[in-house]
Amino acid sequence: MIRPGTEADPLRVAIVGAGPAGYYAADHLLKQDGLVAEVDMYDRLPTPYGLVRAGVAPDHQKIKAVTAAFDKVAANPRFRFFGGVELGKDVTPADLKRHYHQIVYSTGAQTDRRMGIPGENLKGSHPATEFVAWYNGHPDYRDFQFDLSKEQAAVVGVGNVAIDVARILCRSPEELARTDIADHALDALRKSRIKEVYLLGRRGPAQAAFTNPEIREIGELADADVLALPSEVELDELSRAALEQSQDRATIKKVEIIQGYARRQPTDKSKRLIVRFLVSPVELIGNDAGEVTAMRLVRNRLEATAAGTLQPRPTDQFETIPAGLVFRSVGYRGVALPGLPFNESWGVILNEKGRVLDPETKQPVIGEYTAGWIKRGPTGVIGTNKPDAAETVTCMLEDLANGRILVPEEPGRAAAERLVRQRQPRSFSYEDWLALNRLEVDKGKAEGRPRAKFTRVEDMLAALGR
Amino acid sequence: MNIASLLTTKGSTVVTIRSDQTVRHALQLLARHNIGALVAVDERGKPVGILSERDVVREAARNEVVFSQPVGSIMTREVVIGVPQDDLLSVGHTMTEKRIRHLPVMDGDRLIGIVSIGDVVKAQRDQYQGEIETLQTQILDNPV
Repeated sequence: MIRPGTEADPLRVAIVGAGPAGYYAADHLLKQDGLVAEVDMYDRLPTPYGLVRAGVAPDHQKIKAVTAAFDKVAANPRFRFFGGVELGKDVTPADLKRHYHQIVYSTGAQTDRRMGIPGENLKGSHPATEFVAWYNGHPDYRDFQFDLSKEQAAVVGVGNVAIDVARILCRSPEELARTDIADHALDALRKSRIKEVYLLGRRGPAQAAFTNPEIREIGELADADVLALPSEVELDELSRAALEQSQDRATIKKVEIIQGYARRQPTDKSKRLIVRFLVSPVELIGNDAGEVTAMRLVRNRLEATAAGTLQPRPTDQFETIPAGLVFRSVGYRGVALPGLPFNESWGVILNEKGRVLDPETKQPVIGEYTAGWIKRGPTGVIGTNKPDAAETVTCMLEDLANGRILVPEEPGRAAAERLVRQRQPRSFSYEDWLALNRLEVDKGKAEGRPRAKFTRVEDMLAALGR
Repeated sequence: MNIASLLTTKGSTVVTIRSDQTVRHALQLLARHNIGALVAVDERGKPVGILSERDVVREAARNEVVFSQPVGSIMTREVVIGVPQDDLLSVGHTMTEKRIRHLPVMDGDRLIGIVSIGDVVKAQRDQYQGEIETLQTQILDNPV
């Protein structure tokens, strides 16, 4: 059998999901010496970049600038983008198998983990991810409502998402107005009456997941004081011993920064961000209208597992803090894709090193792969998706060399495009996106912002004259 | 990063053996699955020991009939068990300090995976590579 991968017979690859993992996979495939590959990237949104656009905070433009590298990948003539085309709705895996030799699913982790405590469904209790998608202008979330007339908010979790949410709640309108935050969110946050924001970690400062630039940043907010409780930032014996042993500089620095916050005195700034440690929510308390008003916390102490990790154990000490708005950020989770085997334990596509596995035989299925958070779970920074995608592409090339690929009935570029046009006449090309991008940047420039985002698909179509 | 995230890309099979099965059978399993250790379990699937290639080598060096003996006679009975929430860093540290090369992972009383020191090293490498990649993109490709 003659393998595809030549000028006359290119390797045809579909990538589902236009986030970092999808781009890194495309880049890796298109850069292979001696291989002619064509990549069609699908996304259910008209706009690319996944969480770089819809997740990374609007006041972190430097992180968002990775999109310049993604645009270079997209500029390759063998790359096409089909935006606004949803897997399972507009096209199915079976459709894709008719047109491609290999398919990569890189759809990310689209839902959040729940806390599993009473009161979690009260009005005013939200997944942090919904708030993030809302302030970043994700079209599916732009009409969500968050009651910012409350004075106290609690953010559960001490990862970078939690700290983003707490920081955005504490930013002054002037600070936010210089970012590319969605207009509807800027308007709502201008009227915000939030005065106190709690950031709640179940373990101690040495175990907090946020990184040092993020924890330092909250100490430099224009109109919010950051505070911590001296009793909670002193390291316990176990944490101190672990740190002495590891001598991990980043963690030592992190603890120093946090201990510095515990020594600060509140000034006359109008908001307070209070970082708490060694506490877990056990219940959200509501009023007669079913709105959350407070949160009951249990104090934790740390215990070492057999493998040496310090884990929180609840004590018998409780306290209640006021909270009219609660955001949980205790982890993301992937959702099962139609027609693909799912590993329920981990919330990922069942896979080995990126090869999708048959749930019965546990052997790889032909032609289907996965990359990014839907492959490995929600860990790491944007760049972590590069080695992750490289691992998947290595498997793809190995399987290509061994002839373990799909045999599509209609492998031509034109046939795939016909399928998309027929199923989703409102699809968006990369040229469409680049035109929208220019409009967003121009509008932003006039307002002194990096960009002003489109947040409705209709608006995007109208702007393109469609 | 915790060890649950190491198990996500390893499929979901843990190769186990019962301690009354022979060492030869164990070696066949190690060879067939191209792995370095087996979790020995009792009738209810509870881990009772671990048999590594090193255990077999050590015994075979002085005992010709080891291959027909039961796994239980040479396996390591003191097994450090991990939980999905264990941090990558502390697991790496514990495995290095205690010279453990394989860590069975249990969720409650269910054996859900096994993590090798190679998995830990690879995850750490990928984590560092990712951080370097992100920093390089910010510094080099980004004249902001």
